[in-house]
Amino acid sequence: MMIGNWLDIGPITQIEPGTARTLPVVGGEEIAVFHTMRNEFFAIVNKCPHKQGPLSQGIVHGDVVTCPLHNWNISLRSGKALGDDEGCVPTIPLKVDAGRIYLLRSAVIGAQDKAA
Amino acid sequence: MNAPMNFEEGKPAGQVRERLVVIGNGMAGCRAVEEILARDPGRFDVTIFGAEPRVNYNRIMLSPVLAGEKTFDEIVINTQEWYDDNGITLVSGDKVVEIDREHKRVVAASGRIEPYDKLLIATGSDPFIIPVPGKDLDGVVTFRDLDDVDKMLDAAEKGGPDGGQGRAVVIGGGLLGLEAAHGLNLRGMNVTVIHLMPTLMERQLDEAAGWLLKTELERRGQTILTGANTKEIIGKDGKVAGVRLEDGTEIPADIVVMAVGIRPATGLAREAGLEVERGIMVDDHMVTSDPAILSVGECVQHRGLCYGLVAPLWDMCRALADFVTESPSGYEGSVTSTKLKVSGIDLFSAGDFSGGEGCEDIVMRDASRGVYKRVIVKDSKVLGAVLYGDTADGSWYFDLMKKGEDVSDIREALIFGQAFASGGALADPNAAVAALSDDAEICGCNGVSKGQVVSCINGGAHSLDAVRSTCKASASCGSCTGLVESLLALTLGGEVESGPKTMCKCTSFTHGDVRKLIVEKGLKEIPQVMQELHWTTPDGCASCRPALNYYLLCAWPGEYEDDQKSRFVNERMHANIQKDGTYSVVPRMWGGLTSPKELRAIADVVEKFNAPMVKVTGGQRLDIFGIKKEDLPAVWADLNAAGMVSGHAYGKSLRTVKTCVGSEWCRFGTQDSTGLGVQIERMTWGSWMPHKFKIAVSGCPRNCAEATIKDFGVVCVDSGYELHIAGNGGIKVRATDLLCKVETEQEALDMCAAFIQFYREDAYYLERTAPWVERVGLQYVKDALGEEGAVERYAARFHYSQQFMQDDPWAKRAAGEHEKLHQHLAEVRPFPASQMENA
Repeated sequence: MMIGNWLDIGPITQIEPGTARTLPVVGGEEIAVFHTMRNEFFAIVNKCPHKQGPLSQGIVHGDVVTCPLHNWNISLRSGKALGDDEGCVPTIPLKVDAGRIYLLRSAVIGAQDKAA
Repeated sequence: MNAPMNFEEGKPAGQVRERLVVIGNGMAGCRAVEEILARDPGRFDVTIFGAEPRVNYNRIMLSPVLAGEKTFDEIVINTQEWYDDNGITLVSGDKVVEIDREHKRVVAASGRIEPYDKLLIATGSDPFIIPVPGKDLDGVVTFRDLDDVDKMLDAAEKGGPDGGQGRAVVIGGGLLGLEAAHGLNLRGMNVTVIHLMPTLMERQLDEAAGWLLKTELERRGQTILTGANTKEIIGKDGKVAGVRLEDGTEIPADIVVMAVGIRPATGLAREAGLEVERGIMVDDHMVTSDPAILSVGECVQHRGLCYGLVAPLWDMCRALADFVTESPSGYEGSVTSTKLKVSGIDLFSAGDFSGGEGCEDIVMRDASRGVYKRVIVKDSKVLGAVLYGDTADGSWYFDLMKKGEDVSDIREALIFGQAFASGGALADPNAAVAALSDDAEICGCNGVSKGQVVSCINGGAHSLDAVRSTCKASASCGSCTGLVESLLALTLGGEVESGPKTMCKCTSFTHGDVRKLIVEKGLKEIPQVMQELHWTTPDGCASCRPALNYYLLCAWPGEYEDDQKSRFVNERMHANIQKDGTYSVVPRMWGGLTSPKELRAIADVVEKFNAPMVKVTGGQRLDIFGIKKEDLPAVWADLNAAGMVSGHAYGKSLRTVKTCVGSEWCRFGTQDSTGLGVQIERMTWGSWMPHKFKIAVSGCPRNCAEATIKDFGVVCVDSGYELHIAGNGGIKVRATDLLCKVETEQEALDMCAAFIQFYREDAYYLERTAPWVERVGLQYVKDALGEEGAVERYAARFHYSQQFMQDDPWAKRAAGEHEKLHQHLAEVRPFPASQMENA
């Protein structure tokens, strides 16, 4: 994969395990980047499929985030709502290399296209 | 000039041996040669270059050498005789400095030139040195070869500057760092481990196992600092003196061991123009981009992966030997497992344990033996395993994993290990329990046998709880809960009564059990509670984490460190999240009183941050809406400047004290209700509770402050103060119960503090006072507070706890605490061109 396809968003240490931080996209959908307690990283659009709650502010357990507004559980891996709830939030391919986090550039913008 | 040609006896005359030159006398290089010799001893004329001035030794056994458990001689793999017997030329202590691909020869530092037909690069890896000031000071070492070990042993022998115990700092809490720390600790040094991540060995362990490891190492006298970032290494007279962390902490040190990781040693290959990414690129036969050059070991990158463990090396060497002896097999990558070589600590990790879609965690914990086992299963196959304390079945799980065996038949008993799961009929845990004899012990804590449990069940104890209260089986540590449940199922068939609701799906304990056990067993951290109480998930869920955080905060005031990631968003952000993701901010107005200065500051904030709405709340204060998370610290700074603190309108905590104007102004007022309300609020603000807690003080029985629908209500009368509890104005309206009547303000304050503390210590998380009192009964509360000296005791505990709680969270945030919670990572501004490209 060419370097240019990946967007470097900084070192992994800037996100504490068990939390998420946000990445606004001008003219597009804000992205939430998660660092789980099992030391995995995920990026999803920062909007719960239920009522657009900011998922970045939810409690993270395993590879699931619980939306702060109405406690929907969203899989960070697939973006899908878990349990009896139905819905899906776009995920953004992410890779970690040499301690830095990269997002797939086209998906960062793709998330915006979908929203437009 | 050509190299001297050798003719092998027994070979057809005229066949010339090919010249194989190996760069690297380490484990990979020598193993590759051994593998080749085993297949075809006469094929090559072998020359091995080693940078270290010694024969080949087992590098992974350096840890036991450091720890004094082995000597160098014991870890030598190939002695000089081996080189001699096999006709191998060993050039040790002379480093290869150049690969001349055009002339097919290598050049060593001494000037020695060696031509090759096949070249094998096995340069391994170099320790990664973090680029901090002071990294080059004398006394900063890595942990890679025997010279490093010698330096560490010297430091241990020399001791501290005053002749006392030597002090070592190990940077890096991974496999290597911990083994170094262990060795230095055994050698009598005072050891501190600094680890950047919050979990030790986070690549191999999950949070639960990492916590167990940390606790054990601390018990052995090491200081473990996790989440600690090294800022610089401090020196004195050119020699190391200590380490300074980013938060300013300084740790004195006589030696600093840098063990943060390794990187493939690719310099030679890169300069020779071979294809190199993170490692030297090789195909499945370990051939680099030059067909005459092969590479194995930690220096290679195969199918995108670089390995830092020994097992893949062996696989690579086999594939390489097969290839060069013309029976190619191909290397397809390795599944790796890890064991920590620290005596007395059993730890095993393999495969993928991060969980994921369709993955199922099977967790077993045995607190009395300090065991944590977690096996990850997906599509009936073992995907990974983390074992701590009992690793006997590690290789079995690893084997199941590598073979991709279907485990659906043994799924129920998988976690109990091979002996149990492979037992045919015993694979069903119920059957296994049925097979136990009547005198087999079920509950070790209370010494209860299977026969006793069964007769207790037959005697009418038809639920887990009933068994616990009748014969005490599984009533203590709970680790035999599964066995008791099996016995219930066996004895009763399908008639098991479900007991009281457990805290959440992660545990078989109720909220009450957990609260009680936290105090009884002195549990002080969330991972410790999960381990000791046999949580069935590795890191809990959104229900139990906040509850445990509260219970620990309540049980150990001033000692327990609040866990931000276990807090609901409002309590983490100290503001109320609204449906659009913005926040509302409510500053405290003591007893509902305010001043021009406060009102001006609020008005200024509303204008400065364009808050679209300000509303008077039901709790007699002002709510500022529409504040963005990144603006919160600035809003709070402005409000702080006018003397206002957080109103905790967002917390499971004391919210507000509502008052009426009372005797100071009101013609009906009997007492100074506003004054008392302010005093109560000053006393109670900042306290975390099981749920939100509202107080009101009315100046007369007309009750304008609506005190009889509050958690704690005071109604002033001529002769004193009526104290009411457990009211609720929410979904289900409940009027308060009268707790008691007191004569003085001080008595009212004392009873308020005592009642709150009793509620804090007794109720379940997310249980408001109304359902709590309905559950336990008013008399229970009256009895508890009516005991001799009880009010004083509870009030004293409340005041003690308040010392640590009454610390304005806004002021800390405005000063920069947890700033990452408020800041975006960055902002993406796509170029118009790339937008079009992806449109």
